[in-house]
Amino acid sequence: MDFTEEQLKRYSRHIILPEVGGKGQKKISEAKVLLVGAGGLGCPVGYYLAAAGVGTIAMVDDDKVELSNLQRQIAHSVKTLDVHKADSAKQTFEALNPDVNVIPIKERLNSKNILDLFRDYDIIVDGTDNFPTRYLINDACVMLKKPLVSGAILRFEGQVTTILPHDGPCYRCLFEEAPPPGLVPSCQEAGVLGVLPGVIGALQATEVLKLIIGKGTPLKGRLLIYDALGVNFRKVKIPKNDDCAICGKSPTITELTDLPEEYCSI
Amino acid sequence: MTLTLNGKKTDIQDDLTVEGLLGYLMIAPARVAVEVNLSIIKKNDYHTCVLKDGDKVEIVNFVGGG
Repeated sequence: MDFTEEQLKRYSRHIILPEVGGKGQKKISEAKVLLVGAGGLGCPVGYYLAAAGVGTIAMVDDDKVELSNLQRQIAHSVKTLDVHKADSAKQTFEALNPDVNVIPIKERLNSKNILDLFRDYDIIVDGTDNFPTRYLINDACVMLKKPLVSGAILRFEGQVTTILPHDGPCYRCLFEEAPPPGLVPSCQEAGVLGVLPGVIGALQATEVLKLIIGKGTPLKGRLLIYDALGVNFRKVKIPKNDDCAICGKSPTITELTDLPEEYCSI
Repeated sequence: MTLTLNGKKTDIQDDLTVEGLLGYLMIAPARVAVEVNLSIIKKNDYHTCVLKDGDKVEIVNFVGGG
């Protein structure tokens, strides 16, 4: 596609970067990214990807906007209370950048729909709020060989990693199986500093853009842990596990299943 | 012995297992993943994996919020 005058102006600070240029910006405008969750992480990730001109952004979330979300979920507002988060985010992102096509998917991911939903996208972003969905997303991305940029937050701690299936470890290589229900508290139970998803979401958006333009070193094989209180960024190397149940040499997970409901109270 | 625990040198009693270390730090084993010298330790091995002087130990919290 050729850029219009307006687009050349809008993306000029990208195009001037040798690592991006017109070519990179074209890749960005043709990219299709699917975000799971239009909450704390999904809002900043989607906002920055929309600003960057990512052509297609799907937002998967079946929740509606609540007042307690607005302390951190910056795509929503008092005007969209009780509106589906995916629709609210679409309004915000398309107002920022009409070049972007935001596709709201107001469904909950499960083992039946996930592969079909992911299939058409280049990169998947995990900003979900529960462990069963995290494992499901990981397993689906390994099966489909889709790059996955995973982020997670709680209290004052955030984590980010980029998973390139079969070219590095996956989420299960580090966290073999989900913690028992009720052991790890949710943000609803334990709280989260409102700006924390902004930091982690911006890192995720950076990873997505690097993957799209094919520049730099992806955060694969390493988990970046941000401790907001101590102002500490720690990178932990994650070894690939040859015995991994999904990406190991003889995978034991060959089809997707849903974890029981009680896990969902994260 | 001295461990490098989450990137920081930490003095700790000798012959501690991973289970012992988590107990000392008052961390519930099911809430974390533990890596010793770049290998993830399986939960079933926490009580048999004995730490040695100079080991690099990373304790990674399960964080699932979004």
